[in-house]
Amino acid sequence: MELKQIKTLLEISQSREIMRRYFVVNGFDGALTMLGLIMGFYVSDYVELGVVITTCLATGFALGMSGISSAYISEAAERRHTLLELEKAMVTSLDESHHARVATWVPWLVALVNGIAPLLIALIIILPLWLAHKGMVLPLNPMTTAMLVAMLIIFLLGVFLGRIGGTFWLWSGLQSLAVASMTVGLIYLLA
Amino acid sequence: MTSVKRLVLDVLKPHQPNTLEFARAIAASGEGYQVDIHVLEVDEQTETLQVMIEGDSLDFELISGVINENGASLHSIDEVSVVGK
Repeated sequence: MELKQIKTLLEISQSREIMRRYFVVNGFDGALTMLGLIMGFYVSDYVELGVVITTCLATGFALGMSGISSAYISEAAERRHTLLELEKAMVTSLDESHHARVATWVPWLVALVNGIAPLLIALIIILPLWLAHKGMVLPLNPMTTAMLVAMLIIFLLGVFLGRIGGTFWLWSGLQSLAVASMTVGLIYLLA
Repeated sequence: MTSVKRLVLDVLKPHQPNTLEFARAIAASGEGYQVDIHVLEVDEQTETLQVMIEGDSLDFELISGVINENGASLHSIDEVSVVGK
């Protein structure tokens, strides 16, 4: 499928906003899950870095698969329903139209965004752990570095939401950061 | 040999693509096509349009294809202007 065709389908289905929302929501999920996992390992007794990486990677993949499958199932059903309603209103079949292509392709696009967001973010957060595991010397403890990366991503997602919503970017970034800090604090207290 | 210079069509289309995008899609189907659209009625899910297309040689089949591809349906051809060569 050409880029122009994808653009047309996104315009007709008006799914840009949905994809943006899914990216942020599931990206936030991914970042916070990684932060929680790494914090859990951090406060535990000594855990080998390889185990941390494997666990985080597996969780990232699981989040990705969950994101893809859940978004696909719900979006496909919604799009099919919308197409049927539209066909009823138009009193004709729309099989050869962009609207039928929307019902086929948009669920996949939305599902991919929903699944790739947490996986991509998880991979970025894991990167310092992987680099340290491969022998690179980091200025801070690898787990601390990974948690700082997770915090930074969560802050940036907040900033992104602030810009979309037209609110002060720093305020929405700090709000997201507060949620992340609270999560870290709770895990620390529980441990 | 004849050339179609002007067509006035009665079209029912969904709200998406919007009227501007719809006009652009029709205009892009041929060189020098001028498209004027008059929205006659807006319902919950559909819009009834009067589509006026002018050009040196309009390709009705192509225009009809673009209309269908955009989820719209052609209800009637209300006016035509054809020139013999």
